[in-house]
Amino acid sequence: MAIKGVFPAALDDPYANEATQPFWDAALRGVLTVSRCRTCGNCLLPPAPVCFQCQGEAFEWVELPGTGTIYSFTVVRHPLRPDLADVVPYVSGVIELDGTQGAGCRMIANIIECDPDSVRIGDKVRVVFDRVSDTYAVPRFTPL
Amino acid sequence: MSIKDRTAIVGVGATPYYNRGQSLPQTPLQMACTAIRAALDDAGLSVKDLDGFAIFASACDPAQVAATLGVPEVRFAASLTSGGGGSAGSIGLASAAIVAGMAEVVVTLMTLQQATRRLGGSAVGGQSLYGVGGRAGPYGAGGVAPEAAFSASSGLISPGHSFSQLASRHMHLYGTKREHFAHIAITQRNNAMRRPSALKRSPLTMEDYFNARMISDPLCLFDYTLESDGAVAAVVTSAERARDLRQPPVYVMASAHGGLGRWGPAIFSYFQQPDDYFASSGHRPVAKRLYEMAGVGPADVDVALLYDHFSPMVLMQLEDYGFCPIGEGGPFVAEGNIAWPDGKIPVNTHGGHLSEAYIIGMTHVREAVEQLRGVAVNQVAGAEIALVTGGPASLPVSGTLLRR
Repeated sequence: MAIKGVFPAALDDPYANEATQPFWDAALRGVLTVSRCRTCGNCLLPPAPVCFQCQGEAFEWVELPGTGTIYSFTVVRHPLRPDLADVVPYVSGVIELDGTQGAGCRMIANIIECDPDSVRIGDKVRVVFDRVSDTYAVPRFTPL
Repeated sequence: MSIKDRTAIVGVGATPYYNRGQSLPQTPLQMACTAIRAALDDAGLSVKDLDGFAIFASACDPAQVAATLGVPEVRFAASLTSGGGGSAGSIGLASAAIVAGMAEVVVTLMTLQQATRRLGGSAVGGQSLYGVGGRAGPYGAGGVAPEAAFSASSGLISPGHSFSQLASRHMHLYGTKREHFAHIAITQRNNAMRRPSALKRSPLTMEDYFNARMISDPLCLFDYTLESDGAVAAVVTSAERARDLRQPPVYVMASAHGGLGRWGPAIFSYFQQPDDYFASSGHRPVAKRLYEMAGVGPADVDVALLYDHFSPMVLMQLEDYGFCPIGEGGPFVAEGNIAWPDGKIPVNTHGGHLSEAYIIGMTHVREAVEQLRGVAVNQVAGAEIALVTGGPASLPVSGTLLRR
C-alpha cells in the first residue's frame, strides 16, 4: 500500500556479494555500518576494492551512530509511475554521515516523516531501516 | 603535438526535429543516414569520401551505418565513453584521428528516437535503471549490481532528480534562485521563437515559468529538456582539405574531454564528488585544458553553445568556463549577460535542448557552425570563436572551441 512520502522498496533482496553483504546483515539488525580503510581511515560506501585516498586495499566494517546531515535534496512532486501518484511528494537526498569524512561515503536515500516544504540542507537526520524481506532492509532517513 | 587548428568542420546535416515519437515510421538508422548524407552534401563530399566514425553515447553502430550507406572503407571507428558528455568531445576524437593520419573524413552524429530510447525513462517504460540490472523489467529477473542496491530504493529515478541535487546545493551555497533558472529558460525560448526548426516557439514569460508544475524541486517543467527525435551529423576533415570544399571551414581550435577522477559517475547513483566540485558542472578541469590548447580565454569567446539538459547546468557551466566567478552565475544571467544579441556572451542562440530540440548535444555543434559561417538565424554579429560543450554528466564531459 502506498504511503505518502515513502518511496516503495525497489528490491526485495540486496543482490549482495561478499564485499557488500556485511552492510545488509547489519541493516537487518538496524545498524548502519561502512567500510573503513585500515591504513588511512577513509570511509567508503558502497565498499570498493581500493581506497581512493591512499590506495590501501585492507578495510574493516565499522558501526556508525546512524546520524547525519542533509547535504542536498529534491522534493519529487511529479509521479513518474502510476503507482507513485499516492506517494508524491517525496523527498530524496544525499546524506553525509556522522563519523565519516563525507565525500566517498555519502548515502542516497529517501527522507521520510518530514514536511517536504520545510526540509533544508544542513538538517540533521537519522537512519531508519525498513525490513521488507528476510534479506533486505531499506535504509531511509528521518529528521532528528 | 596538438590538434590545434589542424582540422575543421566542413559539413553539417540534420533531419527535421520532432517531438518524442513523431519521427515514426522512420528508424534511427534511417535518420542517421539522412543526416550523414546531408552533412556530406553540405561539404561537397559524398559517401565515397567518408572513412571514419567518431561517436559518443552509443549514437549508432558504425558497422551498420557504413554497410547501409556503402562506405568504401572504414579506417576509424571509435567512441567516447559514457553519455551526452561526449557530444562536443567527439569533434576532438575525430580531429585526433585525422591529425594522427588514421582517417581523412570523419563523421560524428547523434540519431535519437525517444519512443524507442527514452533517457531517464527507466521508471516509466520498464527499462532498466541507470547502473541497475540491465535485464528486462525494472530490476528485472534476478540481476542487480551489488553496488546498485545502495541507491535503488532512494527514489532518485530520473536524470532530473539527480540534477536537482546539484541545483539545490548551488542555491544553498551561493543564494542562487529559481528566478535565475527562469532567466535561462526564457532567454533560450526567445531565441527558439525566431528559429523555424525549433519545437517550442510560443512565448515564455516569468509568470508562465512560476505557474508551471514542479517536477522535482527546485526544477519545474521549463527547467527540463524537451524530449525529441531526430538526427544531426557533422563532418570533420583536415584543415588543408577543408580549404577546397564547398563551405568556409570552421576550424577546431581545441577540444578536451574528461574531468576530475573523483567527479566519476557524478550523478544517478553516485554523488561522491569532492565538496568543492559538487555544485558544479564538472567542466572546470576541461575548461582549463581547452583554453590552454586554444591559447584564448573566455573573453575571446563570441557565442557559447552550452549543453542544457537542465537549466541550472547552464548556469554552472558559465561559472566553470570562466564567464563569471564561481557562485555568481545567478546574478550574471539575471543581468541579461547571456541574451542575444546584446549580452556579454550570447548563450544557446538556437534555443538549445530547453526550447529547440534535444538531440543530445549535436544541435549545439550545428549552431556553432552556422554562427561561424555567419548564417545563423540569431546571428551574433562578427562571431569568430564559438564554445560548444557536452554534458554535464558522468565523466567524460567535454568542450570544443571552434573558429571561423
